[in-house]
Amino acid sequence: MMNKRFQISIQGSDKIVTCREDESLLSSLARYGQKEVPAGCRQGGCGVCKIRVLKGEFETGKMSIKHVSATEKDMNFTLACKTFPKSDMVITVNIKGDRKWQ
Amino acid sequence: MAISGVLRPGFVQIRVLDMAESIIHYRDRIGLEMVGTEADGRVYLKAYDEFDRHSIVLRECDEAGLDMMAFKVSSETYLDEYEEKLRGQGFDVTAIAAGEQPGVGRRISFMAPTGHRFDLYVEMELSDNGPMTNNPDVSQLDPRGMKALRFDHCLLYGGDIDGTKKVFEDILGFSTSEVVVDDDTGMIIALFLTCSNKAHDLALVRHEEDGKLHHVSFLVEDWTSLRDAADIMTRYDISRDIGPTRHGITRGQTIYFFDPSGNRNEVFSGGYAYYPDNPLRVWQASSVGKAIFYYERELNDRFMTVVT
Repeated sequence: MMNKRFQISIQGSDKIVTCREDESLLSSLARYGQKEVPAGCRQGGCGVCKIRVLKGEFETGKMSIKHVSATEKDMNFTLACKTFPKSDMVITVNIKGDRKWQ
Repeated sequence: MAISGVLRPGFVQIRVLDMAESIIHYRDRIGLEMVGTEADGRVYLKAYDEFDRHSIVLRECDEAGLDMMAFKVSSETYLDEYEEKLRGQGFDVTAIAAGEQPGVGRRISFMAPTGHRFDLYVEMELSDNGPMTNNPDVSQLDPRGMKALRFDHCLLYGGDIDGTKKVFEDILGFSTSEVVVDDDTGMIIALFLTCSNKAHDLALVRHEEDGKLHHVSFLVEDWTSLRDAADIMTRYDISRDIGPTRHGITRGQTIYFFDPSGNRNEVFSGGYAYYPDNPLRVWQASSVGKAIFYYERELNDRFMTVVT
C-alpha cells in the first residue's frame, strides 16, 4: 500500500515539496535539495532544524525539551527532523530560535 | 614519566530521550556490552577491551546532553590532593558516596568554568567480561557492531575554556597537546588536553553556551574498522555527520555520527603518541578546516553549531 503523500510549503517561498506520512519534513526537504531548514543531528536533540507550523496537522517524535518547550509545542513550534505530516502543511523557518545558521 | 594521578577518562553519563532506542544504538550498533539496568532507570554499558565494570551510563531525560564526564585517578592520595587544590582555588567540591553508581567507589565532583561537571574516582570493580589476562586471546567476547574497543575521550563546548584549561593543567596535571588560535589575537579557540600517552583525553572548543557536548568518542582498531562502521551506519540508517576522514589535530581517523537523541558520537582510530616533553602544536584559525577535517580542508556547517 502506498504511503499517503502531502504537500509542504514554506511561507514566503514558492517551493513546495511532497512529504510521505512516514517521512520527516527534514528528510523530504533534503530530498528536494532545499537548504532553508538546516540539518543538524536529525534526531531531535540539537534544535538546529526548528520550524513553526502555520497550517496543517502533524505528529512529532521525541524532541529535546530544551529546544521545544511545552509552551512552544502548544504554539506549533517543532523540529523538522521529528515532524511527520498528517495533512498538507505550511511552515515558516525564519523564526527566532536558539539555533544559529548564519 | 610514568602515568600517575589522573589515569584516563573512566566513564561518561549521557542523557537520552528514549532508552530503548539508545540501547539498540550503543549495544548493537556501536557494540558495547550491557552491564545492567538499575532501579533508577540508568543503563550501564562497557566496551569489550575495557577492564573496568562500565564506561558508558545512559540516563533517560527529556533533554539530550552530558550529565558528567569522570576520570579515574591512580590513588586516594591523589584524590585527596585534587580535592584540597580544587577547594583552594574556590571550587565547590561535592563528595559522592561509593555505590551511587554500582561498583564505583567514592567520587569527588566539581563544575568546571565551562559549565561541565567532572567527577574523579579511584575505585571501580573489574568486569567479568574484560580483556583476558592469562594467555590472553585478543578478545574474550566476540566483538559486535562497530567493535568499539573503549570509551576514548570527549569534546566539550563552553565559554571559559581558558579557565577549564587552567584547572586541568594546574590542578589535575594534564598537558595541552594542540591548540587552535585566532590568527590576530592569539586567543585560544580550541584546545586538546591529555593526561596520558594519547594525543587527547579531553578537548574543548570556545562556544557561547556553557555545558555543551560535541561528541563522545569510541576507539576502534584501525582505518578498516572505520569503513566497517560506515557500512553499519548506512545499513541501519544512522544519522552520519561526516567521515570517514582524518583530523589534522591528533592525526586520528574518524567518523562523526549521532545517537538516537542527537548526541554526537565518534569512532576514532590512530593518532600519535604524546609525551609531556612534546612541544605544543599550534594551528591558526585560518587553517582550522585542515585542523579538524584534514581531507575536506573545511569545517562542515554542523561542526560549530550542532551540540547537545
